[in-house]
Amino acid sequence: MPVPTEAEPTPRGLSRRPVERGVAAILIGLAFVVLYDSYGRGAGWDNGPQNGFFPARVGWLFLAASLFILVQSFRSPPEGIFVTYQQLGQVVRVLGPLILFVALIQPLGLYLASAIFIVVFMSIVATSRWYAIGLTAVLVPLVCFWVFELQFRVPLPKGPLEAALGY
Amino acid sequence: MDDFASLMAGFQVALSWHNIGFMAVGVVLGIIVGVLPGLGGPNGVAILLPLTFGMDPTSAIILLSSIYWGALFGGAITSILFNIPGEAWSVATTFDGYPMAVQGKAAEALTAAFTASFIGAISGVILITFVAPLVAQFALRFGPAEFFAVFLLTFCSFIGMGRDNRSKILASLCIGFLLAAVGLDSISGDLRMTFGSIELMRGFDFLIVVIGLFGVSEILLTVEEGLVFKGKKAKIDLKVVLRTWAGLPRYWATLLRSCVVGMWMGVTPGGAIAASFMGYGLAKRFSKRGKNFGKGEIEGVLAPETAAHAAGTAALLPMLALGIPGSATAAVLLGGLLVWGLQPGPLLFVEQKDFVWGLIASMYLGNVAGLVIVLATVPLFAAIMRVPFSYVAPVILIICAIGAYTISNSIFDIWLMLLFGVIGYTFKKLDYPLAPLVLALVLGDRAEDAFRQALLGSAGSLNVFWANGLVTTLVVLAMLLLFWGPVSDLIGAASRRGRAEPRPAE
Repeated sequence: MPVPTEAEPTPRGLSRRPVERGVAAILIGLAFVVLYDSYGRGAGWDNGPQNGFFPARVGWLFLAASLFILVQSFRSPPEGIFVTYQQLGQVVRVLGPLILFVALIQPLGLYLASAIFIVVFMSIVATSRWYAIGLTAVLVPLVCFWVFELQFRVPLPKGPLEAALGY
Repeated sequence: MDDFASLMAGFQVALSWHNIGFMAVGVVLGIIVGVLPGLGGPNGVAILLPLTFGMDPTSAIILLSSIYWGALFGGAITSILFNIPGEAWSVATTFDGYPMAVQGKAAEALTAAFTASFIGAISGVILITFVAPLVAQFALRFGPAEFFAVFLLTFCSFIGMGRDNRSKILASLCIGFLLAAVGLDSISGDLRMTFGSIELMRGFDFLIVVIGLFGVSEILLTVEEGLVFKGKKAKIDLKVVLRTWAGLPRYWATLLRSCVVGMWMGVTPGGAIAASFMGYGLAKRFSKRGKNFGKGEIEGVLAPETAAHAAGTAALLPMLALGIPGSATAAVLLGGLLVWGLQPGPLLFVEQKDFVWGLIASMYLGNVAGLVIVLATVPLFAAIMRVPFSYVAPVILIICAIGAYTISNSIFDIWLMLLFGVIGYTFKKLDYPLAPLVLALVLGDRAEDAFRQALLGSAGSLNVFWANGLVTTLVVLAMLLLFWGPVSDLIGAASRRGRAEPRPAE
């Protein structure tokens, strides 16, 4: 939503240039990894192109492109913000619970993990009442279970709770 | 008219009850996917793809392509009512669509957008019906060198015609190719770039990459702006629809122009996004009311929508006839064909006649069904947007995780999805285009195979790429497209410099 920005003080945040350079540096590093791996296995001709032949050539192009991006970042104007701290805070409020969710899938199974995810996420965002959070946390996994386990018969990761219930 | 008979047979396939059912379900799901942030066309299709592995391929592709139509329609709803483009190609629709909604003409804007989408899509389907078989027949003569030249043409046109920073497009393409190369090499049977990791042996599945890049990253971008959406209300009744339709013939020139622009941009993989902006720009230049554009002019809604949908539909033409998708969603559908054991490309028209013509017939029917459904249910879908995002976001993320898991029952894939979500977020903020990455990831192995086979045939000599008239033409065309953008930029810069000089005569 384009909010009218009338002479607001420019919000503080991570500026764009270092991020741009950092990403370019990572890409350059990846290009070297690719080239190292491809030439290590052979990128030449041995009764036909060796298996590193194509990736090595793409790797060179990739290296050229990322170097060029790095050079460009030095010529770009220094102002410009990648993400304001306020926005970053919002993103972390989603990303944090999300990482927790994925980490919990292995030990607890997907259904219980998603219930916990919903509770944690909605409490952090704090826009809903507790009974709404509880209801969502119970209903969403149940609906998922009905759709995937019972209707489509797609087995999803299950944990001790499901085992105790006989699934 | 051999093809006509095939098309009629296709209609028979598509008109069976359960296929119509799939069509309706697909359109509704597609609209939901198009309306919700974080679930665009590509990853909506990607999430549902694993669920269709067991289905009959024709029904499966009807379901998935209907999701595509639905998503195309759904993007317009959020653009007009909420000023949030659900898809990149609906950005141009917000320019005039949202002002119309502010003025209380939301219903007219929506009707115009849906009808324009429909007209664009149908013109794309007509193009596919008549041109795709010819292209496929022509392509039957292609050898590996010619196929590689067509791939080259695709990628060069991405770089040359793209609106983004060209070195970033190239980097994005390279990442796609390299991700595709990870894992088992199909020709030599060796492992590549796995660095001893067992998880990487399977390689990167493009579906996981798509769900991460388009789904998770989109959620992260959306929450940046806060968790509440404010939208305009809209109710569509038959009177408004009929009145808007009655006004449409006046804009036939705009519609026609946008159709042509869209079909051209869709077939040459410039994509629907460029087409929608071009359609809007041209309409603004040629319209008598061009000055009012941006303030809520109905023509400003019609032009980009028609062009975007003509392009989105025409993008399926090269996918069907050559096996080269023109858009990210088409790339995902193409991946689906491979999963169902169908080899996309010219032979599809010979060996899988029922499938191809069933699909083409379903495009006509799916768009008709889509128009009716979307007109009837706008208030419902607008209501979905009013559900607080703190409810919607976790559900979407859980669905994304389930989608990533079901592809090969691996929890590692969910971590990968998360990683690509963060990558996609960063790339989008830094204006790296994502569609080339997905396209190169899907086509990477086949492009490499074609390249290696061509070189094998010529014992390593690159001369094979200008050995005959056909392949030379394709390569020259690819180079023209590659340098078209940079050269026209230079010319533009030079002429601006010329104009900037003081001109005393004026």
